[in-house]
Amino acid sequence: MAPNDLRRPFKRPPISDQERRRVQTLLRQAQNRQDAQRHARFLVNTVLTLPSQSYAPESEPEPEPEPEPEIELTEAGSAPDLKSLENLDVLGASKLKAAEARKWFAKQLMLPEWMIDIPNNLAQDWFVFARPSGKRCFVVSCNGTTISRLRNGSILNRFPSALPSGARKKDSGSSQSYSILDCIFHEVDQTYYVIDMVCWRGYSLSDCTAEFRFFWLNSKLAETGACEPPSYYHKYRFSLVPVYGCDSNGLQAAYSAPVPYVKDGLLFYNKHAHYQAGVTPLALVWKDENCSQYVMDTDSKGQVPSQQQVVLELQEDGKLTTSDDPPVVFGCLDGSFTQQSGLQSGCLIRFSIGEGGLVLMDGKLEKADLHYLGKANRARGSADSFSKVVRKFPAQH
Amino acid sequence: MAIDLNLETIHTRGQCRVAPNEIKIVQAFQNGAVDREIVAPRSIIFESKADIGFRVAAHSLTLSCFNSPQLPLHLSIADSTRHLALGFRRGLVVNALYWISDVQMAMEVTQILLNAQAVDGALRKQAEENLKQFQEQNLPSFLFSLAGELANDDKPAESRKLAGLILKNALDAKEQHRKIEFVQRWLSLDPTLKAQIKAFLLRTLSSPSLDARSTASQVIAKVAGIELPHKQWPELIGSLLSNVHQLPAPTRQATLETLGYICEEVSPDVVEQDHVNKILTAVVQGMNSTEENNDVRLAAIKALYNALGFAQANFSNDMERDYIMRIVCETTQSPELRIRRAAFECLVAISSTYYEKLAQYIQDIFNITAKAVKEDEEPVALQAIEFWSSICDEEIDILEEYGGDFSGDSDVPCFYFIKQALSFLVPMLLETLLKQEEDQDQDEGAWNIAMAGGTCLGLVARTVGDDIVPLVMPFIEDNITKPDWRQREASTYAFGSILEGPSLDKLVPLVNMALNFMLSALMKDPNNHVKDTTAWTLGRMFEFLHGSALDTPIITPANCQQIITVLLQSMKDVPNVAEKACGALYFLAQGYEDAGPASSPLTPFFEEIVRDLLTVTHREDAGESRLRTAAYEALNEVVRCSNDETAPMVVQLVPVIMLELHQTLENQKVSSDEKQNELQGLLCGCLQVIIQKLGSSEPTKYHFMQYADQIMSLFLRVFASRSATAHEEAMLAIGALAYSTGADFAKYMTEFYKYLEMGLQNFEDYQVCAITVGVVGDVCRALEEKILPYCDGIMTQLLKDLSSNQLHRSVKPPIFSCFGDIALAIGENFEKYLLYAMPMLQSAAELSAHTAGADDDMTEYTNSLRNGILEAYSGIFQGFKGSPKTQLLMPYAPHVLQFLDSLYMEKDMDDVVTKTAIGVLGDLADTLGSNAGPLIQQSVSSKDFLKECLSSDDHLIKESAEWAKLAISRAISF
Repeated sequence: MAPNDLRRPFKRPPISDQERRRVQTLLRQAQNRQDAQRHARFLVNTVLTLPSQSYAPESEPEPEPEPEPEIELTEAGSAPDLKSLENLDVLGASKLKAAEARKWFAKQLMLPEWMIDIPNNLAQDWFVFARPSGKRCFVVSCNGTTISRLRNGSILNRFPSALPSGARKKDSGSSQSYSILDCIFHEVDQTYYVIDMVCWRGYSLSDCTAEFRFFWLNSKLAETGACEPPSYYHKYRFSLVPVYGCDSNGLQAAYSAPVPYVKDGLLFYNKHAHYQAGVTPLALVWKDENCSQYVMDTDSKGQVPSQQQVVLELQEDGKLTTSDDPPVVFGCLDGSFTQQSGLQSGCLIRFSIGEGGLVLMDGKLEKADLHYLGKANRARGSADSFSKVVRKFPAQH
Repeated sequence: MAIDLNLETIHTRGQCRVAPNEIKIVQAFQNGAVDREIVAPRSIIFESKADIGFRVAAHSLTLSCFNSPQLPLHLSIADSTRHLALGFRRGLVVNALYWISDVQMAMEVTQILLNAQAVDGALRKQAEENLKQFQEQNLPSFLFSLAGELANDDKPAESRKLAGLILKNALDAKEQHRKIEFVQRWLSLDPTLKAQIKAFLLRTLSSPSLDARSTASQVIAKVAGIELPHKQWPELIGSLLSNVHQLPAPTRQATLETLGYICEEVSPDVVEQDHVNKILTAVVQGMNSTEENNDVRLAAIKALYNALGFAQANFSNDMERDYIMRIVCETTQSPELRIRRAAFECLVAISSTYYEKLAQYIQDIFNITAKAVKEDEEPVALQAIEFWSSICDEEIDILEEYGGDFSGDSDVPCFYFIKQALSFLVPMLLETLLKQEEDQDQDEGAWNIAMAGGTCLGLVARTVGDDIVPLVMPFIEDNITKPDWRQREASTYAFGSILEGPSLDKLVPLVNMALNFMLSALMKDPNNHVKDTTAWTLGRMFEFLHGSALDTPIITPANCQQIITVLLQSMKDVPNVAEKACGALYFLAQGYEDAGPASSPLTPFFEEIVRDLLTVTHREDAGESRLRTAAYEALNEVVRCSNDETAPMVVQLVPVIMLELHQTLENQKVSSDEKQNELQGLLCGCLQVIIQKLGSSEPTKYHFMQYADQIMSLFLRVFASRSATAHEEAMLAIGALAYSTGADFAKYMTEFYKYLEMGLQNFEDYQVCAITVGVVGDVCRALEEKILPYCDGIMTQLLKDLSSNQLHRSVKPPIFSCFGDIALAIGENFEKYLLYAMPMLQSAAELSAHTAGADDDMTEYTNSLRNGILEAYSGIFQGFKGSPKTQLLMPYAPHVLQFLDSLYMEKDMDDVVTKTAIGVLGDLADTLGSNAGPLIQQSVSSKDFLKECLSSDDHLIKESAEWAKLAISRAISF
C-alpha cells in the first residue's frame, strides 16, 4: 500500500561516513585484487625481473656512443647486495630506495650494438629513427610521482607528469600501476623524447615485439596528455619521435628529414625483437658526420682526444674485458701494477689505443696496443662494448 | 475384522502406498468410532467385502484406487464430524487421503488462538506451543482449521484475525530461503484442500467483520502471489470482479482492497491484459464520486495506487489515461481527508511511473497541489509537496542521463515541468518554510510541511540551477534580519537549500557576502533553531563550494582562522547545533582531501581541531542528536585530509583512540549496553581510517606499526560483544591492518583465525559475513603462501556458505572472487580444492549464463555473480602459472571456454564482466600455453569476443584484451 510516511533525509548527507568507509574498503579490495592479478599476469613475463640477469651476471650494459654527461652522484651508496635484489620485479623495484634502485635500474636499459654490417631483410624487418641527442633515461611514473633515472641509475628528475599515476591527482588511476618509458632527455627544449615503452599502466610490454610496442606507444602516450606543454601537474613535455620503415624512403627521411631536436645518429630496431636488457644485436646504432655531432669521443672539455680511448673492466684475474656477453678480452694487467695503482677487480679503466692499434682477424681481436690512462669517470656505468671499439677505430684512423 | 489400518503417525505428504507386510492391525472399524486422530495419507486394504461405517473427524476424504472403477471418490465434509457409510469389496486396495484434523485441536483452536493473545504470559506461551505442535504434526489440517476459523462468523473477531495472520505468515516470509520453502510447501498441498481454503477466504470477504474481511484480503493476495505465476487459480480475478458490482459496500470495499493487494503482490506479466482492464475499470468506478461509501472510495484509490504498474497499456491510450487522471484529480477534492491524501499519494506514484505522460495535466495538477499546500491539512499538503519533489527526482535523473551533450539519447525526454512552473512553485515553497515547528531539530522523527517544502526547494535548485537564485534572494534578504526567529530561520534555510545546483559563478559572490553574517549568526543568534540551520548552511557551503580543485576559494588564509574558531566554539553548543557544526567541519576538511602533500591551511589548527572533536565525543549529552557519531565522522575526515606536516599528530592520535577503545571494552565487562557497542563501532571505524591513512606512506607506516600488536588485540576483544555493527567495523579495520602490515600479519593469524571463521559463519548478519569474505582476500594478498595452513578451514567455510540457502545472495559473488584470491596466494597448492571448487563454479556459471526475462536487479546480480566466477577462474589459472601441475586444469578448460562463449552470445555483460571475461581468456591461454591453443581456436566466439574487446572504448577492457591477445598468440604459436 501507499507509504504513508514519505520522509526524505533532512539536513543529512545522503551517505553516512560508515557507508563511505564500507564502499571505500570494497574499492580498495577490488583495486588490490586487480593489482595482484596484473602482477601475476606479468610477473613471469617481464624481462625486467632480475632472474633473467642472473644468466649473465657480468654483462654490464654498454654505454651508448654519446658524450659522457658529468653527473654528480648524490651519494656514494653502500655496495648493495645484488643477490637480495635478484627476485625483484619491476613493481618491487619501483619501490626500492636510492642506492638499490640505482643499481637495479642501471641494468635494465636495452642498448644497441654499433652497426658494423647491414642486417638481412633490413627493409622488411627493421624500423629506423633519428636518435635525439641527450641523456638516455628510464622514466617511471608510479604512485603519484614521476622519476627519471639515468643509465647509471641515478635520478635525473623527480616531477609530476600527466603519465598514468604520474601526479597526485584524483583521476590518475591506480596508484599501484606503474609505467616505464625509455626516453632521451633533450636539454635544449627540456623535453623527454620517448623512444620505447617498457611498461604501461602496470602491463609489461617487454616481451612484446618492437612493432607492437611502438604502436602502443603511439596510441597511448598522447591519450594521457603527456605530449601537452608543461603545466602545474605536468612539469616536462613528452614527445614521440617519427619512426620509419627501413625502405629507401624511410631511411632517407630518418637520415635527413628535419626534426625538432638535435640528432645524434640513427637507431635501428628489429620489428620482432622484444625489449631486452643490456646490449642486443637486434637494436643497432649508426652515426656519421651528417646525422650526429658525436662521431668521435670527446673529453670532458669537449675536445676530441688525439688517440682513441677505450674503457675496459678489470677482472679478478687481471684480464681487461669489454661489456659484451661473453666478454672480449683486450689484455691483461699484472698484479704488481694493479696494486701500485690502487685498482680493484670490477674497476673501469680508461686506455688509449696506441700506434699499434687493433689487429683483427676474421672479426676477432688478435692484438691491441693499449696505454693506461687512469680510472674511468665515476659516472660511467660499464665498460665499452666490442662493437663500439671496433666501429670507432676506423673513424679515428 | 474388515480393514487393516496402519495408524502409526507418518509425517509424509502426498499419497503413499504401504506395503501389506508393514500393515498391522491396530483397530477395527465396524460401525465403530474413531477415537484418535488419523493422519493422512494411508493405505487401506480391504480383506473382505464390507459395509463400513465410521465416524471421522475429517474435513475431506479422497479415496482413490487402481482396481475399482467407482473410485476415485471425493468426499467433502464440511462439518467437523460425520458418519460415513461406504461399501467396499474384498481385495480393493485404496489409497485414502484423509484430511482429518485433530478432533480436539479443531475444536479447541478458537480457544488456543485467543490464549495466544492473552495477557497472561504462561497461557500465551502454552498456546503458542500448541499452535506450533499442531502445525508441525499436521500442516494441511492446521491451515484448514485456520481458514475455517477466519471464515466462521460465529467466532470471536480476535481469534479470526489471528487465524488469518498465522495463515498469511505460513505463505510468505521475509527471508528469501524461507519464502521459497513456503511457496513450495503450498504448491505441494492437495488441490482439494487448497480449493477449500480458498473458498473459505473468498467467502470471508463478505463477512460483517471488518477485521476478518481485511485479513482475508491480505491472505488471498499471498495465495495469488504463489498461484498466479503458476497459472493456478485462474478464476480468482473473475470471481472478485463479480463481487465489485453488486454486493453490499463492505464486501465491495474488501474486494477492492484485495485487488489492490494482489496488484502489489504479483508481477504485471502474470495478469492478462483483459483482467487488467477489468480491474482498472472496477477500481476507477469505485473511486468515482458517484460511489457514496467513503470506505469503498478509499479502498478503490488505494487499489489504483497498487495497480499503476499494471496500467502501462491503459496509460498509453489517451482516452483511458484522460479518464483515469480526471477521476484521480477529482478525488483529491473529496471532503474526506483520508481520500484526499490517498489521491495525492496516487498522483505522486503517477509522477514517477508515468512522468512522460503528464504534460497535458501538469497545469491542473499545479493548481490542485498549490491549493492543497496553502489550505489543506498537513498530511495532504505533505503529499502535494511530495508530488513536486518526485517530479524533481525524475528531471534530475533525466538531465543527468543527458549529461553534457544534448543528443537527447535518454529514453524519456525532459519536459522541464519544474522550469516552467518555477515562478509559481518557488514562492509556494518559500511560504512553507515559515511554518516550522518548535524544536523540530531535536526530534529525530519530525517531518512537517516546512521540512518537506525546504527539501523540495533544494531539489528544485538542483533541477533548474541558476534560474532559482533571483527568485529566492529577495526572500532571503527580506527575512534574514527579522526579529521573528521563524523568518530568520526560513531565510537561512532557503539559502542553504539553493547551494547545490546553481553555478559557482552565481553562488560564490553570494556566499562570499553571506559568510561573515552566517558565522556571526552561529555565534550570536539567540535561537537554537536558527543556529542549527546556520551551521547546516555553512556545511553546505563547504560541501559544494569549497575544494582544492576550485578556482575561486571561499575559504582564504584571511578567513580560515575565523571559520575554524567559530565552528569549534559552536561544537560546545546544544547537541543539535554542535552536530551540525561537526558536519560543517567534515566538509571543510573534505575540501582539502585532494590538496596533496602541499601545505594545508588546516595545518596550524590541526591539533586544536582534533582535541576539540575528542572533547565533543566525551560530552555527557553526546548521545543526543547523533552528536558523538558526527564528531567521530568529522575526526575521520580530518585524518583523511592530513598531510606530511600533520601526519605526526595523526600518529599521536593512535594511542589516544586505542585507550578509548580499551576503556569501552573494560566498561563492557561491567555493563554491556548498546552505547558501548556503538562506541566500539565508532572507534574501530576511526582506527580503520587512521590505519589506511598512515599505511599509505612508508615513513608514517613505520611509526604506526609500533602499535599494530596492541591494536590487533583490541580488535579481537571487540568480537566478544554481540553487536553486529561493532563486529563489522572491527572486521573492516582488520582488513585495513592486514593490507598495511603485509606478510607480518601472519603472526596474528593463530588468534584471529577463529573470529575469521566466526564471521564467515554469520549468516544472520550477512553484512558481517560479506566483509569477512573481503578480509579473507586482504589476508591472502598480505600473507600469500603463508595463508596455506588456514586454507582448509576457510575453504570449507566458504563452500558451506555457497551451498547455504540462508545466506543472503549478495555475499555469494564475493565468495567466488575470494576463491581467486586464495588460489593466487597459494598457487598450485590450490590443487586439493579443485575437486570442490570447480564443480561449484561450473554450476554457478551455468546458472548465471542466461538472464533472459530477468528484471534490472536480477541482471545486475547475475553480472556480479559472473564477475565473481570469472575472478575465481582468473585467480586459479594465474595461481597455477608456471607450475608443473597446470595439466590439472586442462579438464576444466572446455567448460570455461563454453562459459565465455555463452556470455558473449548473451550480449548482456556489463563492462566489468567483459573486462574480467576477456582477461580469463588470456589467463587460460597464458597458463595452459600450447595445450589451450587448439581449444581456443575451436571455440565458437573467442575470436569475435577478442576482436570486439580490442576495439572497445573502455580502456580497461581494451587493456585486458591486449593482454589476452598476447597470451593467445603465444599459446597458438608455440
